[in-house]
Amino acid sequence: MASIILGVIFGILAFIVLFIIVTFNSLIMLRNRVDNAWSQIDVQLKRRYDLIPNLVNAVKGYIKHERGTLTEITKMRSKLISGSMSEKAKASDAISNALKTIFAVSEDYPKLQASENFKMLQEELAGTESKIAFSRQFYNDNVMSLNNKIQQFPSNIIANWLNFKEKEFFKSEEREKKPVKVEF
Amino acid sequence: MNLYEHVSSNKRKSFLLIALFFIIIVTLGYFFGFYIGAPVIGLLIAFVFSTIMVLISYYSGDKLILKMSHATPADRKKYPHLVNTVEGLSIAAGIPTPKIYVINDTAINAFATGRDPKNASVTVTTGAVTRLKRDELEGVIAHELSHIRNYDIRMMMFVVILVGIVALLSDFFLRTIIYNKRHREIKGPIAALLILLGFILALLAPLISQLIKFAVSRQREYLADADGSLLSRNPQGLANALTKIKNDKEPLVEAANKATAHLFIENPLRTFKGRINSLFSTHPPIQERIKRLQRL
Repeated sequence: MASIILGVIFGILAFIVLFIIVTFNSLIMLRNRVDNAWSQIDVQLKRRYDLIPNLVNAVKGYIKHERGTLTEITKMRSKLISGSMSEKAKASDAISNALKTIFAVSEDYPKLQASENFKMLQEELAGTESKIAFSRQFYNDNVMSLNNKIQQFPSNIIANWLNFKEKEFFKSEEREKKPVKVEF
Repeated sequence: MNLYEHVSSNKRKSFLLIALFFIIIVTLGYFFGFYIGAPVIGLLIAFVFSTIMVLISYYSGDKLILKMSHATPADRKKYPHLVNTVEGLSIAAGIPTPKIYVINDTAINAFATGRDPKNASVTVTTGAVTRLKRDELEGVIAHELSHIRNYDIRMMMFVVILVGIVALLSDFFLRTIIYNKRHREIKGPIAALLILLGFILALLAPLISQLIKFAVSRQREYLADADGSLLSRNPQGLANALTKIKNDKEPLVEAANKATAHLFIENPLRTFKGRINSLFSTHPPIQERIKRLQRL
């Protein structure tokens, strides 16, 4: 009789230990995925940081009326690679809007439009723009999986006990909900 | 079925396909050996042959398919927009950027191949690059990347190469038998055996096309459409691209053939009149795909 009880207790203990190990490992995996996804965003933000001075140089001779936009871009640029996550998100969104304005305005300058260098920059910046959007999407998807795991029962017990923290989504304002209209 | 179940289902099906391939070739080898009077040698040859073929299709099947389709690597300078689109969507899919190829053809079409996400490639026609808008191209690429991510590509690559080899071999055997029957009057048990063998092979050919249909079921395309829309977050893009293909006057991709047709996003052998070789109608009706995308 005693050996049966002992066996049952041992079985339950083994199950608990196994559960802890499995949960811990999946939490680690999810957290690593989030970190990896974050570095993807960083790579793209850095790329944009590098491209912006080229763009400013290419257009500043042509676009006279949009000096303000250009200065704003230059100002926001440094925040792309330094600052907190929400600061980066904010700077990134501001630059997206400013770039849209510049590319829209540039259509009034046929000479600028004809320049190979400008065309190349425009495609590269548009490409980087969509890569930022996609890496942000990938990051937020991964953050959601991690946060679900941390909040859901019973993995939340292990997560709290081992001090796993929920991650922050990469977003700045209500921008995601409605597309921004650029007015001229 | 979630992504992980889908991946393991595809790996399992690929394995089953290899097993089936082995059985068919070794059986053929045995018959052939029996015919030349040395069954063991026949078996041995068949075994070595099928092992080599499986290894070749696993490691270079994608290269063969790319070559068959006259695909050339896409240069970043020449196709910056295409390269950026593939790179961006790969980030969203969480897979390494696949190699990118183009087929010089005015028709709009695309396919993906490879053995796993680390060894994969996406190929699009130049028509797709020039004639699709940004969000339409994104839809097409996202569809292809979901084929890569869920290992459809491995399964479909094996189908092309292995089923192709079996079809070629049975064709060869059938011809040999017919030739022998006409020119050499073989009598007795061997003749009976040959006739039987011929029968088996004649039965095998339609079975193979059934197998292709089974393996690349229409469900696979619907699924990639839905998964792709999840990646691009824009089902309308792919729906518009498919509408463009549907209304295209020249949807025929010159470099496609019956073996590779099912790899493409939409049947590349379709003529504008919509006549499809019924044996190989591996794609679901395009109108139905568009409807489903618009409901997403």
